[in-house]
Amino acid sequence: MTDALLTADAAGAPDPRRGRTADFEARVKKRNAAEKRFRFYGRLAIFVALAFLVTLLGRIVSQGYHAFTAYEVSLPVYIDPLRVDRANPMGANYDALIAEALLAKIGAPNDELGENLLAAQELVSTDLGFNLLDQIRKDPNLVGKTLTLKGPVKADAQLYLKHEIKRETAEGDRKISDQQMDWIDKLEKAGVITGGFNTRFFTASDSTEPEQAGVLGAIVGSALMLFVTALLAVPTGVLAAVYLEEFAPKNRWTDLIEVNINNLAAVPSIVYGLLGLALFINWMGVPRSSPLVGGLVLALMALPTVIIATRSALKAVPPSIREAALGVGASRTQTVFHHVLPLAVPGVMTGVILSLAHALGETAPLLMVGMVSFNPGIPESVTSAATVLPVQVFIWETASERAFHEKTAAAIMVLIGFMILMNLLAVIVRRKFERRW
Amino acid sequence: MQMTKNVTLARAEALPDHAPIKINAMGINVFYGEKQALFDVSIACPDRAVTALIGPSGCGKSTFLRCINRMNDTIVGCRVDGRIEIDNEDVNLKSLDPVVLRSRVGMVFQKPNPFPKSIFDNVAYGPKIHGFASSKSELEGIVEHSLKKAGLWGEVADRLHQPGTGLSGGQQQRLVIARAIAVNPEVILMDEPCSALDPIATAKIEELMDELREQYCIVIVTHSMAQAARVSQRTAFFHLGRLVEAGTTEAIFTNPTDPRTQDYITGRSG
Ligand SMILES: Nc1ncnc2c1ncn2[C@@H]1O[C@H](COP(=O)(O)OP(=O)(O)OP(=O)(O)O)[C@@H](O)[C@H]1O
Ligand SMILES: [Mg+2]
Repeated sequence: MTDALLTADAAGAPDPRRGRTADFEARVKKRNAAEKRFRFYGRLAIFVALAFLVTLLGRIVSQGYHAFTAYEVSLPVYIDPLRVDRANPMGANYDALIAEALLAKIGAPNDELGENLLAAQELVSTDLGFNLLDQIRKDPNLVGKTLTLKGPVKADAQLYLKHEIKRETAEGDRKISDQQMDWIDKLEKAGVITGGFNTRFFTASDSTEPEQAGVLGAIVGSALMLFVTALLAVPTGVLAAVYLEEFAPKNRWTDLIEVNINNLAAVPSIVYGLLGLALFINWMGVPRSSPLVGGLVLALMALPTVIIATRSALKAVPPSIREAALGVGASRTQTVFHHVLPLAVPGVMTGVILSLAHALGETAPLLMVGMVSFNPGIPESVTSAATVLPVQVFIWETASERAFHEKTAAAIMVLIGFMILMNLLAVIVRRKFERRW
Repeated sequence: MQMTKNVTLARAEALPDHAPIKINAMGINVFYGEKQALFDVSIACPDRAVTALIGPSGCGKSTFLRCINRMNDTIVGCRVDGRIEIDNEDVNLKSLDPVVLRSRVGMVFQKPNPFPKSIFDNVAYGPKIHGFASSKSELEGIVEHSLKKAGLWGEVADRLHQPGTGLSGGQQQRLVIARAIAVNPEVILMDEPCSALDPIATAKIEELMDELREQYCIVIVTHSMAQAARVSQRTAFFHLGRLVEAGTTEAIFTNPTDPRTQDYITGRSG
């Protein structure tokens, strides 16, 4: 300061009220520069984060969007009474019938060795054959008639149609031969093969055949599991939080409990899986790989988060509301349930929805309780075997067949879609309740 | 503070020295954890009169007020020693439910704190939980009566179902008074009820206190000497957790015996 005053004097402008010395100005400049620098770093950080996000989403979308389109064949098949026995429809080779019809459409001969027939068979899903058998078993009078069969194109052929298997690749390195490629092109031109939205992806469950696999089973499994989780974690968590926040005495025991709850929220989720395996499956005998056991494990995992979120929502309710209620003679319970908790509802709901969204995306603990299993059906109850979305992603990603990999990305998109939906719900709930007064 | 020097004593003639004692506190000590906030406070508040508690910030006025309806029970680590009687009945008795006590002793806080509910629900809440109304029309009657008594009916009669938090500060404070009146208390405690209000709203509340005094025993904490002088019949001066002096408002303001009281009311300390 003395230095500054001296310079001011030396400069010959000794107005003591306007002590803007060189030193002072240098400081201002430095501060402004620091501020600018900080803002730049901030923007840079946001840019980096966004870049990561965009790359991630971009990769998933570019890999997965193919799974939302699918190619179908629509093929008239003559059901030759010489080949299909009305009395014993099971005995016939429907795949051969279909392949012959296909060859006829292509205009290729059915050679002696049956090589063309096999090659044609590789173009359409086995689903068509089963479908045909089903229809004939239901109505044997179809024998002798021509039926138009519809069904998915086989996964590898679809990859070619989606330009993921290319002609440029050496023939030995791909699953579709040059001849088959020509045939596919021909069939597409003839309108036997048509592309469209892949509804099967949303109406079917997992399958060994990529072209028949869908996410419905996993979605239902996830829904059932989340239902169990919510049913257990929400009331337990909210009540525990209300008790701890509003009723429990503040002493060493409650401090200990609080510390432990905070610690539990940070326990790696796979630990909950191990606990669930030991506790629910081995000890309590809950069926393996059922939404029930998954829901139980995730409820354990979500509980600390729900408690913490509820407590902070309760803490945010102004104490004046409690005083007001107590002041007119409300009991503690009445104060909490008539006034404090209703005001905390938006915060509680937000916390609950976010922790459920978190549970929806959880994979590791579910692997521990056997949810990583092949489930071609749609789970009927919380005790039947089921898969959930993130585990379905895991299963498909580890599958050897390439056609499953685009399904992985697509299933991730479905999962993210549900997550976004839940987060949106949290925002809406918060807005709606806040606007009430 | 300057105006306290020539304080006007509006109702010097209405000194209720003869009035029956409603609240009788004897040897009250209050501790917040280790820290003692009140030291051996003994004071009597007459019925159908306003008793004003004055004193510098932090001297324990609110603490004393909260002893009367046992709101201190809700503060963790707070301990109250001594005896407080309302109508010769010990309020700290274990057998006396604080819920019952608080229905007899209403409280109005410094900051208006209506529930974030409708005006009607604010007033109806007390009677509802205490089961004072057996029918909807009876409840409506109580609400109307209480709002009228609080001097708010005219302003809100046509919007009873709008949020109470949408009222002005002064209106909110009267709503809160109506809410306290609705449970038909005997005592009303007010902790700086006007400190968040403008002079006009303050005047309304003071007027209201003057009317309510005819039915209730009112204890008010205030930092305004003028207000104490205007509305109260008795005044008690607190200093550093002790009751220094208590007496008729006229005596305290015109002829304080303790020099600390003298200094405080003339604005030389606090
Ligand atoms: N909840 C509490 N916990 C701990 N100490 C408290 C608590 N409430 C009050 N105190 C202490 O007790 C003493 C008296 O406080 P009190 O609120 O009764 O003062 P007051 O006279 O009402 O002051 P003011 O005029 O500022 O409202 C103060 O020293 C205060 O710090
Ligand atoms: Mg106070």
